[in-house]
Amino acid sequence: MAASVERATRASRIAGAVSVVTVLTLGTLPAWADSSTLRLFVEFACLLALAQMWNLLAGYGGLVSVGQQGYLGIGGYALVVLADLGGLDPFACVPIAGLVAALVAVPVSKLVFRLHGGYFAIGTWVVAESFRLIVSNATIVGGGTGTSLTSMREFPKAMRESLTFWIALVVAVGAVAGVYWLLRSRHGLALTAIRDGERAAASQGVNIAATKFWVYLVAAFGCGIVGALYFLMNLRVSPDAAFGVSWTAFVIFIVVIGGIGTIEGPIIGTLLFFVLRETLADFGTWYLIVLGLVAVVVMVRFPRGLWGYVAARFDLHLFPVRRRLADRRT
Amino acid sequence: MIGWIDTVLQGVMLGGLYALFAMGLALMFGVMRLVNIAHGDFIVLAAFLAIGVALGVQITPALIVLVVLPVMLAVGYGLQRGVLNRTLGKDILPPLLVTFGLSIVIQNVLLEAFSADSRSLSAGGIETQSLRIAGDLAVGWLPLLTLVAALALASGLEWLFGRTRLGRAFRATSDDPEAAALQGIDHRHVYALATAIAFGVVTVAGLFLAMRTTVAPSDGPAYLLYAFEAVIIGGLGSFWGTLVGGLVLGVAQGIGFRFDPGWGILVGHLVFLAVLLVRPQGLFPRTRD
Repeated sequence: MAASVERATRASRIAGAVSVVTVLTLGTLPAWADSSTLRLFVEFACLLALAQMWNLLAGYGGLVSVGQQGYLGIGGYALVVLADLGGLDPFACVPIAGLVAALVAVPVSKLVFRLHGGYFAIGTWVVAESFRLIVSNATIVGGGTGTSLTSMREFPKAMRESLTFWIALVVAVGAVAGVYWLLRSRHGLALTAIRDGERAAASQGVNIAATKFWVYLVAAFGCGIVGALYFLMNLRVSPDAAFGVSWTAFVIFIVVIGGIGTIEGPIIGTLLFFVLRETLADFGTWYLIVLGLVAVVVMVRFPRGLWGYVAARFDLHLFPVRRRLADRRT
Repeated sequence: MIGWIDTVLQGVMLGGLYALFAMGLALMFGVMRLVNIAHGDFIVLAAFLAIGVALGVQITPALIVLVVLPVMLAVGYGLQRGVLNRTLGKDILPPLLVTFGLSIVIQNVLLEAFSADSRSLSAGGIETQSLRIAGDLAVGWLPLLTLVAALALASGLEWLFGRTRLGRAFRATSDDPEAAALQGIDHRHVYALATAIAFGVVTVAGLFLAMRTTVAPSDGPAYLLYAFEAVIIGGLGSFWGTLVGGLVLGVAQGIGFRFDPGWGILVGHLVFLAVLLVRPQGLFPRTRD
């Protein structure tokens, strides 16, 4: 009898195959879908990527941030500055926008990491609001009313839409695969240990401060990319749209309802969010009231969310990040 | 010169209101280590309840308090007993996310009930009267009254925590809920009382806010941020510290507004971040979190 460490399951192999087929099928979408479908998918990709980043921060790193819209806004405005004012290719600006956001996150982390728990949450919000107010006072990017992305005018509509769509697909897949890869690596082991018990993790030699710092940077990078991507589609940027706390509000609902601390949770949550939004859009504020109440009830009664319930009930893990000891009789 | 004195003076008056915003937040954190993200929305809720009462019946603000205060005390007690107590524990996520959800619910319920318009509460004439100090220097009676209320509440809460039986129960539960339970203290009830008192302070803050300026359903988050900044600038564990934190924030915003109307709130945020950088424990800390 020999013991071995199992890292994949039959379900995860099937999920992997289904994911590849789904992504390849989605890749052909610009050839046959209409503009509104493409736009809807870009929005979906944005929220999915944001949700994965927030889940990495809050679900694994224990960093509950209410200020990730700050990095989204920086990404959006980095696009405006680099492409419109700097003359760079707007599509090439997407990864650069992520780097800019990560760069800004370095000094910011030194400040907000002085706060803990709930006060960290509100501190990050203050930083995001400060960014919004600074940009609102900057007349070169249109001040409080914002500006249009003029550098996108030189591209024909079909090309613009297809390219934006493919970038969105890469961003969504990259966010899910990136988090999956990160969590399966040594760093993921350290993160999971921190999630389960900070002091115990530290006693095993995990460098808590460094790990949290890197997670914060990765999340800022991801949010910056999403910011650039979203406004590549929207073509108009304003401080209120770019730095609005509603981004984080939606992401929190998605992650909480889907299941925090899992990779599947944010995917299920984003799907559910779009289904709810498309069906309840006519009800205006009532839709947000329902969404808020559902989040409260889920957090109080089912703190592990939809996917947490499924995973515990059926031992189903589509993206397994754990190492399990399996008996293998030879 | 006189202009600068006036700016600081008006900033102090504004700070009185921020101190009122902050004390409820500081109280809930002090007793339960609970950060209420919906704090600002409850201030706005209290303001709108008062405005709603004033729309229904013609009574003075003093009488409106008698209607709104019991409602808010009951909301506070019930919220803690029925919802928030279930979220307290080692994990910091549940209380944050539940109060975040409540914040969205309150904003949109108010939007549905009162529309997006800004409204205010008539203070019976004193909002336009002012007290002349010297020459061109004058302060409004209402801001002055707000500052006096903040002073009174800070000393009242210090007395409650330091000198009364209930305050002792608050401190004991805050230090160690299990040890307090061994002495016969029901921490669920004590927590609910603490939140009820915090909501009493929130009601006072909401009424002064509605008399001073207009309020809209979406204003809550801004007030949460001001309250939070005042608490951190002042330092945790002392209501006098929170009061001073509010005044510092008010003066900072006042000076910012003097330079440029678009900068007032930003300068407040930057002063908060500067305090965090050079003195993260706040100006007058009494406890470590």
